Amino acid sequence: MGESAVLASDTAPAPSAPVVVEARGLGVAFEADGQRVSALTSVDLAIRRGDFVSLIGPSGCGKTTLLRAIADLQAPSGGTLTVNGMTPAEARGARAYGYVFQAPALYPWRSVARNVMLPLEIMGMGRSERARRAEHYLRLVGLGDFARKFPWQLSGGMQQRVSIARALCFEPTLLLMDEPFGALDEITRDGLNLHLHELWRRTGMTVVFVTHSIPEAVFLSTRIVVMSARPGRIIDVIESPLGAVRDLGIRESGEFLAVAHRVRAGLRAGHSYD
Amino acid sequence: MRQVFASPVFVAVLALAAGGIARASLRAVPALALLAALVTLPLLVLALARLARRDTLAARLASPALFGALLLWLWEMLVLGLHIPFVLLPPPSAIAAAFATHLGTLATDFRQTYLHAVIAGYALGCGAGFAVALAVDRSPFLRRGLLPLGNLASVMPIVGVAPIMVMWFGFDWPSKAAVVVVMTFFPMLVNTTAGLAAAGVMERDLMHCYAAGYWPTLFKLRLPASMPFVFTALKLNSTLALIGAVVAEFFGTPILGMGFRISTEAARMNMDIVWATITVAALAGSLSFGAIALIERAATFWHPAFRR
Repeated sequence: MGESAVLASDTAPAPSAPVVVEARGLGVAFEADGQRVSALTSVDLAIRRGDFVSLIGPSGCGKTTLLRAIADLQAPSGGTLTVNGMTPAEARGARAYGYVFQAPALYPWRSVARNVMLPLEIMGMGRSERARRAEHYLRLVGLGDFARKFPWQLSGGMQQRVSIARALCFEPTLLLMDEPFGALDEITRDGLNLHLHELWRRTGMTVVFVTHSIPEAVFLSTRIVVMSARPGRIIDVIESPLGAVRDLGIRESGEFLAVAHRVRAGLRAGHSYD
Repeated sequence: MRQVFASPVFVAVLALAAGGIARASLRAVPALALLAALVTLPLLVLALARLARRDTLAARLASPALFGALLLWLWEMLVLGLHIPFVLLPPPSAIAAAFATHLGTLATDFRQTYLHAVIAGYALGCGAGFAVALAVDRSPFLRRGLLPLGNLASVMPIVGVAPIMVMWFGFDWPSKAAVVVVMTFFPMLVNTTAGLAAAGVMERDLMHCYAAGYWPTLFKLRLPASMPFVFTALKLNSTLALIGAVVAEFFGTPILGMGFRISTEAARMNMDIVWATITVAALAGSLSFGAIALIERAATFWHPAFRR
């Protein structure tokens, strides 16, 4: 963990906050052409309520695999993993989390509002409450006027905001995001980062966020998990010293650059194994 | 005045008038007919060229109509002018006359072949293909066993089973409907199965995240995603069904039906009635295909092919 583990943080949840996600010695392996390929080895990680945790690392480091294991989209091959004290499968059955994919994955035959209502319909919520929630969360992501449009009539950034509203509308306490802004241009991405930060601060939910981008990870997170490839593993966990209220301007501050530097150093150390 | 001359409507009316004169004088004054025909052709081509430059709905409808009129007129003039035997190719005017004279017979044949055999067979064949596709999708052993056979059967000339169906279901329309059922079943089975597999991995993962079971996933994701494939089969089958019903009647039928009419009147050299029956089949086939295409457009408005 190194020297900056002692950096004070006023945003990280108190050590007493309940643990939402806990991994101990977690491993994930795939079968490919009859060979066993290890995607993730001996991961130990505890994520507490209210945390904003970024998983960052090069391609193949298992960051998406870890997120998919938490979501029960990928079965672990070793170790233990709990979500809200349950197995990932039980947590999924209890609709414990919202998941935002790399692409918006909206259904083109449904209007924007009906896309947001999709999880509510599956969960058996009444019609008027569905409509109320869809309206509220579309307004929250700044798309109140687009409810009746179809996804393909919207820009890529707007589509991703719809998919965030869809993940939020059933009010999960845990939000899992897999490089949600990876395909967007820099300006749109900045705007959405700020938006997401505000949302997290207001709702107090727990977010696990996979990204390639160092500035994005440092800007958003209370903790940054630096990962390395072959085999996929955690090589550093950085507690962010940045305050709870952030704007895009802090990216030029000394504190911000110090954290970014340490993330970059960790990533470089991980690469030296090649 | 210049504007009137430039209008494709004016040119088309001139061309049609000249064409009418050419046809009317063909027997009595061949020289006048030739002269009028020489005027008609360039005028029609000019009208078509002017229409092609406009992009209104009327122009888009008028172009194929005018082109069709040109072809019919050429057919009429060449058949009469070159004295082509009636048995080889009757002129359109004779076909139209036969159409008007035998309207009652044509209507009875249409009811027997289309309204009974085609519609019943099409509905049963498409419905059964769709239902079996759902079952195949649900059970791995059916997928392994039945689907390869379905792929094989969908490329076989199934209309050959018509005599067998006559043995099984008798001479009347149910045996023709049975041929149509067999012909339309496999394309629908194969297409629907492909359609049910068409939903993307991410879209399925999303349903998995919501802990959605088989039925919500089917109704909210996989069936809507399969619709473009289902409509491809519906359109393909509308053509296959008509072919199946008409050809099946060649193998034994009571004394009515479009296939019966074509085979018996051809044997009696009444080619005008054969052509009139073919016209009815062509109209019925185009109209049903067009209707399904319209429904497809409304049902899969979200598909990239139809987005506006």
